[in-house]
Amino acid sequence: MNLAIKDISYNIGRFVLTAIGIGMLLMVVMGMGGIYRGVVEDATLLIDRLDADLWVVQRSTRGPFAEISRVPAKLSDRALAVPGVRVAREFVYHTIQRQDGDRVLRMAVLGLSWPTDKGDWIPLVEGRPLGQSRFEIIADQTLKLPLGKQIEIGNEVYLVVGISRGMISSAGDGIAFLSSADALAVQLDVPGEAVRLERAARESRGRLFDAAIQQPALLENATRQSGQLPAIARPSISAVLITLEHPSDAKAVAEVIGGWTDVTVYTADEQRNLLLKGSVEKVRSQIGLFRILLTIIATIIMALILYTLTLDKLHSIALLKLIGASNSVLLGLILQQALILGTSGFGIAYIVGQQIFPKFPRRVIITSEDLIQLAIIVFVISIASSALGVWKAMVVSPNEALA
Amino acid sequence: MSVSLDAVDPSAKIAIKAESLTKIYGADNTEVVAMRDASMTVMAGEVVALLGPSGSGKSTFLTAVGLINPPTSGKIYIANQLIMDGPKALTNLRSFRRKHLGFVFQKSNLIPFLKAGENVQIACELNGLSSRQARIRALELLDYLGIKDRSQSYPSMLSGGQQQRVAVARALANRPSVILADEPTAALDSFRGRQVMELFTKVAHEQGTAVIVVTHDHRSLEVFDTLYEMEDGKLTQKSKEPLVSAH
Repeated sequence: MNLAIKDISYNIGRFVLTAIGIGMLLMVVMGMGGIYRGVVEDATLLIDRLDADLWVVQRSTRGPFAEISRVPAKLSDRALAVPGVRVAREFVYHTIQRQDGDRVLRMAVLGLSWPTDKGDWIPLVEGRPLGQSRFEIIADQTLKLPLGKQIEIGNEVYLVVGISRGMISSAGDGIAFLSSADALAVQLDVPGEAVRLERAARESRGRLFDAAIQQPALLENATRQSGQLPAIARPSISAVLITLEHPSDAKAVAEVIGGWTDVTVYTADEQRNLLLKGSVEKVRSQIGLFRILLTIIATIIMALILYTLTLDKLHSIALLKLIGASNSVLLGLILQQALILGTSGFGIAYIVGQQIFPKFPRRVIITSEDLIQLAIIVFVISIASSALGVWKAMVVSPNEALA
Repeated sequence: MSVSLDAVDPSAKIAIKAESLTKIYGADNTEVVAMRDASMTVMAGEVVALLGPSGSGKSTFLTAVGLINPPTSGKIYIANQLIMDGPKALTNLRSFRRKHLGFVFQKSNLIPFLKAGENVQIACELNGLSSRQARIRALELLDYLGIKDRSQSYPSMLSGGQQQRVAVARALANRPSVILADEPTAALDSFRGRQVMELFTKVAHEQGTAVIVVTHDHRSLEVFDTLYEMEDGKLTQKSKEPLVSAH
């Protein structure tokens, strides 16, 4: 006869409520681990999906994710000339926050190197990759921009041609994919008044130059568009992504490009580590510590619950001792209940979590590895937390049954 | 229906023997002598009543011979074995209790989360019977005590008398040498109290089990074979006639 099951069956209502309580607590522990996984996954998602062998960024920076990086747009042409480089893509990346009707639309803008990269690698749930060099956008479904919607960003209107899934920035914002030219346009978009003021300032500065004094016609250039002025460089991009002929050549190619004094080269792994050691590290530590705290709280609460359950049965335990039950029978009663409670709580945590976690604003990723780890933690918690109850059961005198 | 009690050695005759039991609580200034030089011999099949006012030491005596509360001095023999020599146990008491002693209390003291049948079955299982054998034995005993039809009821669904019957069945589960009952009728009305007392007599005489009953209830004294009285920790055997005729 299994006394633990009999007791649970008799007090099924109380057991179910207790298991739900513990399940909710374990769900939070599970969720914290999932949130951490989600943060790491989101942070490294782009690096993995972009699948570049090398990242060329501004000299001495850890860009473009950990900090701002600016490199010349023509850097991709220089990189392409290096032996062993198959593809060199422009990479533009920044975050914007605009108003879309009544709601705030916050998105990470990622520029694709048209026509080399049209976004064929982006996982789409609807629509297609970019079909032209300008004014098309692929939006992640978390941005809630429907396919075919025309969205105005700055002075331009962009057509949503594709909806992606799971493309999130390290900050948790949905990513919008545009051509790099559009991404730069969005980044550098300034109001007309600001343009006019800049041109006026440029003309004012020009008046002080000897050349302008001697040739006043030169000042007419000051009011032209930036792109028409050869002395002004094209806007900077964030990085250049390099795909090699042979990935095994990464070290040799990195040495060549790393020799240029204006850039720094990282492999994909180094770029991933920069991200994880940088912006994600504190979040990871915070979540990790919080998870440890929750695990301790769960242990204490489970211990209190199991102790209370044991106290409720103390008379029966004394009676069992009186009629000759061995310690192993009593130990089995308490430990089995602890394990059943822990297992039920774990099951409830998993089932409820599966329903609730997808509704979280940021991704919560529960891996099999994490589930196994939590199962082991729950097992240990169950054993540890029943120690108090076991101790109480061991010291109770059979005399108590006579009281 | 007859239930065999082959575990009891018929040649043993003496089921339990207590020799000069003394129990002292505390020490020096706080010393309290709860039981002094108490001796009792109970034969197999004998039903003994232990009378006395509250605080006289009856329960101390019962818990001592029940191997729950060791005496300070004295000896306890059960089924021809010396079990306690003063406070020193000469065997595994819990295991010995399981095999040789049955307990019935003032309240039925059934395990609330087990059904009536299971309360008896668990005692059998603890003594090594398989689940199936234990279930059969439990039903036999409940049938013997006339409450087989309530075997699937939880204790809370049984009347006080029915609960005591289940408790008696549990006490008999492992064919004990001795049943120790501590005021088993205190929570029952006189009719049901008498029924329980008669049940002890039936069990003792039919099964050869010695029964020691601590009781305040003088209305059923005629069912006992021997009467003892405890007063201020001293145990004395009483003549049955005056006490019975007074009621």
